[in-house]
Amino acid sequence: MKTSSTPDHVHSDGFLARLMRDQLKLSIACAVFFVTALIALPLLNYYQPEFMAQRIAGFTLSWLILGVLFFPFVWIISYIFIKRSIALEDAEAAAAKDSAKK
Amino acid sequence: MTPLLANITNVDPWIAICSLVTVVITVGMGFWSAGKSKSAGDFFVAGRSVSVGWNASAISGEYLSAASFMGVAGMVMATGYDALWYPVCYACGYLFLLLFIAGPLRRFGAYTIPDFAEGRYDSPVFRKIAVCFVLFIGFFYTMPQMKGAGTTLAYIFPGLPYWVGVAVVGAVITLNVSLGGMKGITLVQAFQYWLKVFAITLPVFILASIVGHYNQHLDANKTAFESTAANSAQVERKALPAKAPKDEQWIAPFGKLTTKAVDASIAAAPTPEAKATLEASKKPYSLLYTYSLIIALVCGTAGLPHILVRFYTNPDGVAAKRTTMWVMILIGVFYVFPPVYGVIGRSLTPELYDAVGAKGTDKVVLELPTLLAGKDHALLGSILSGITCAGAFAAFMSTFSGLLVSMTSALAHDVYGRILKPNSTPEQRLSAFKWAAVIIGAVSIGLGMQVEALEINFMVGQAFAIAAASYFPLLFMSVWWRGMTMKGAATGMLGGGLTALAAITLTSISDVANAAAKKLPAADVAAYWVDHPIAKSIANYWVAHPLARILCEQPAIWAVPLSITLMIVVSKATATTIPSDVRMKMLVLHAPEALGLKQEYIKEHEGLGH
Repeated sequence: MKTSSTPDHVHSDGFLARLMRDQLKLSIACAVFFVTALIALPLLNYYQPEFMAQRIAGFTLSWLILGVLFFPFVWIISYIFIKRSIALEDAEAAAAKDSAKK
Repeated sequence: MTPLLANITNVDPWIAICSLVTVVITVGMGFWSAGKSKSAGDFFVAGRSVSVGWNASAISGEYLSAASFMGVAGMVMATGYDALWYPVCYACGYLFLLLFIAGPLRRFGAYTIPDFAEGRYDSPVFRKIAVCFVLFIGFFYTMPQMKGAGTTLAYIFPGLPYWVGVAVVGAVITLNVSLGGMKGITLVQAFQYWLKVFAITLPVFILASIVGHYNQHLDANKTAFESTAANSAQVERKALPAKAPKDEQWIAPFGKLTTKAVDASIAAAPTPEAKATLEASKKPYSLLYTYSLIIALVCGTAGLPHILVRFYTNPDGVAAKRTTMWVMILIGVFYVFPPVYGVIGRSLTPELYDAVGAKGTDKVVLELPTLLAGKDHALLGSILSGITCAGAFAAFMSTFSGLLVSMTSALAHDVYGRILKPNSTPEQRLSAFKWAAVIIGAVSIGLGMQVEALEINFMVGQAFAIAAASYFPLLFMSVWWRGMTMKGAATGMLGGGLTALAAITLTSISDVANAAAKKLPAADVAAYWVDHPIAKSIANYWVAHPLARILCEQPAIWAVPLSITLMIVVSKATATTIPSDVRMKMLVLHAPEALGLKQEYIKEHEGLGH
């Protein structure tokens, strides 16, 4: 059962697949930065202990990254994601409504 | 003079006043909100009308528990760098929630996680399984909050029995929740977030300006690559007791937290060769521990039911995403500060290393401000200590409130409203909410009284690992894979969650026996395990097999993939049972709300008589 306001092609498998693919692509692109950092930091601590132990204003580099810099890094990723995902949703909604008019 | 009166006369008036004001404001707000919460929607999801700012503050207030306020600082002081993964992953785990779960979950528009489970798979049986897990994870997470309440009250009123604190705080919060429901606690939790930020930041800024800053105290700890500590600011540093980890071990990664299993095996190694072999495996095992901890905390954050239920209070999916981003900012700002207490505490209150349980490093946040009394700032020290106590109160009160609402909703909405009495009137459901709150509150108080011997962070870790291996895979796969079946989802959730629980229980039995052997408070409860043959044989097994101990203590690295694998394999095997309207369900989860698919889906189900 469809309502008259919902365009036909919105109910197609093609629309759903494209919708999910676009959303997942954006989510994974943002997750890659985060996951890379989570994997890389322990590895750097493991293989480059002397480099990570160097002092920066009293902090060791590894302490500065994990205890202070990691938070703004994640905020930036989330800000970019929110902006792009809202733009993506707006574009999807506009495209669906446009095709309904045609 | 009775012992209780003697306790009261020993109390620092500032600490008592600040704590009392926090409780009075919490209860007052609960009463005020009670008058505004009328409908069932107000009680369960705050009428789905909470703005981004309020909701982000409330989620942050609910999330920052006793473990965050006291436990993180204590753990950083006790174990050093490795403990930093806790605050970082507690905060950054929200990114996974934002990227993969928050928006779709809100768009689906259910009241609770069991609603989602039933709606996604058209299975009332799955609702029952999901309800059990909400209660299960909720009670695990409630116990450390109760422990925080008992120990903080015992700190404020020296000599007061632990159980009194648990009972008093539990009763106050239960009253608050049963009066105001979700709408009532949204305001209270939002207020409590800002109180906690104030309580953690103001004392540390004042302290640091007098005794030296974060970086200066870190600089007083030498690394393995320095011959002596620079301590360029010449900050005061008391001598460390023998129990404290050495500087180079404390400030560097792969320290005491992640190597304790191997260290125990090295200490018991029979030959120098065996010792050398274990020494060689220490760092790789430590790396493995670190990754498993990261997975548990990041995935666990995205699977905590009391946090997820809050996303339903957003007006729409976009608001849910914005809320998540602001939560990350708010809790990230908070989490920068507890490690500062841990670092300064290592320099100035090293005597805490010698104490155990609630009198050990866990109380560094409460203890540090009192040092100002010895530096000609007696009044300031008392006031700041009062403020940190108020923050601790806010911490366990707000988290317990959220857990209580989440578990009460599961009982009143899912068990009573959907399973026991589906035709109940809104008034009956409202009344059921209030009774369910009292029942859950009473059970929580009872459980809280039993866990004095266990560590706060240990219990929180259990809840995170179970959530990571059960709810996170369920939500992630249900949102993104249309081929999931109910049987696949249930098998994966139960398989991952229960094996993680079993693994954690194996380590906790030997740890509880160890705690009782050290004669921690309430040792009588744990003493049962001290000489128990099972506890002894498990402890001996851990010494002989440190890798097994690590994989059981931190099971996420295998339990999360196990859960996802089970979901995929069983779903493939039962592919014929994929819900017939799965395309519509996935559209509701993913399509922009402007397209109105949710309304269409509801009409469709009404037409089918659902």
